[in-house]
Amino acid sequence: MRWIIAAGLLCFASVSVANDVGQIKVMTGTVHVERDGKRFPAQVGMAVRQSDSLITGVDGTAGITFTDNSLLSVGPNSTLAIDHYAFDSTTHAGQFDASLKKGSLAVVSGKIVKQSPGAMRVHTPTSIMGVRGTEFAVKVSEGGN
Amino acid sequence: MGPALLGAAVAMAVLFGPEPRIEETVVVLPSADGHIGTVVVEHAGERYVLNRPYATSRSVGEERAKITQLSEPEIRQSFGSTLQFLPARPASFLLYFITGTDELTDESKAELQKVLAELKQRPVPDIAVIGHTDSVGEREANDRLSAQRAERMKGFLVGIGIPASRIEVAGRGQRELLVPTEENVDEPRNRRVEINVR
Repeated sequence: MRWIIAAGLLCFASVSVANDVGQIKVMTGTVHVERDGKRFPAQVGMAVRQSDSLITGVDGTAGITFTDNSLLSVGPNSTLAIDHYAFDSTTHAGQFDASLKKGSLAVVSGKIVKQSPGAMRVHTPTSIMGVRGTEFAVKVSEGGN
Repeated sequence: MGPALLGAAVAMAVLFGPEPRIEETVVVLPSADGHIGTVVVEHAGERYVLNRPYATSRSVGEERAKITQLSEPEIRQSFGSTLQFLPARPASFLLYFITGTDELTDESKAELQKVLAELKQRPVPDIAVIGHTDSVGEREANDRLSAQRAERMKGFLVGIGIPASRIEVAGRGQRELLVPTEENVDEPRNRRVEINVR
């Protein structure tokens, strides 16, 4: 019995699981992660997975480091979905698709883009950005009429 | 106006009134090492290549994008808090050892303090510590020595409060010589530990 409990604890204690594609490294204010239709309050150290959405409040910001060393930060009042993420740590081949529905995003691309320029794409309501290297920022707002 | 009429009027406004239009701004930033990347923006059937520092595309709805260049103060105003919360860059450090031991050289002892100070800045670091040896001695003994070097460094990291669960340790023996040599060559640059953090 003790061993079963110990094994269970080990499962929960493990820092990263194969599905984890990134981790929240810095955060302020109110940030939620939406996963499988449920919303969780985010916290520093929390893992991010494919199909997760990050939702920040008016005072919220979150910075995430991905397994290919891509860095993303989501500004206040934003919604970012991680649509698709695949990375082979041996070949560095991969694909990264994210959607900024609203708000702002800063990106430092990682090994996926270094290996295959263009393999990272950021989608917004009216555009698609193909990332061929390093750093950029995007803002989406509902403007005037 | 009765409630039904009011409802109809609201519905008409929603259906036929002018929709708020989406405004988008994309700006390319120089990286910490000064390198300028490239972002290709596809918008309303056009492609815009942004590959200069602070090159910016701005679009409203489905109209053609305008290509401009934002100033640094404008970028700070638009993206200040977002840029401020990019996680720390992944980093890599090398520390060197006295031959046949897990004792750091005097130079690397000083360097270690800088590495520890840097790692302390990160609230939830993920660290890989990889030990190596030169080609002097038996390969099996070098496997053990490289693991021992890595474990010793892990001890320092745990000592400054980094949870052991966040530190992966590996000993690579003489398999990954930084400076390729023949067998039994005393090469100080090969007696090292790599500390990778993100």
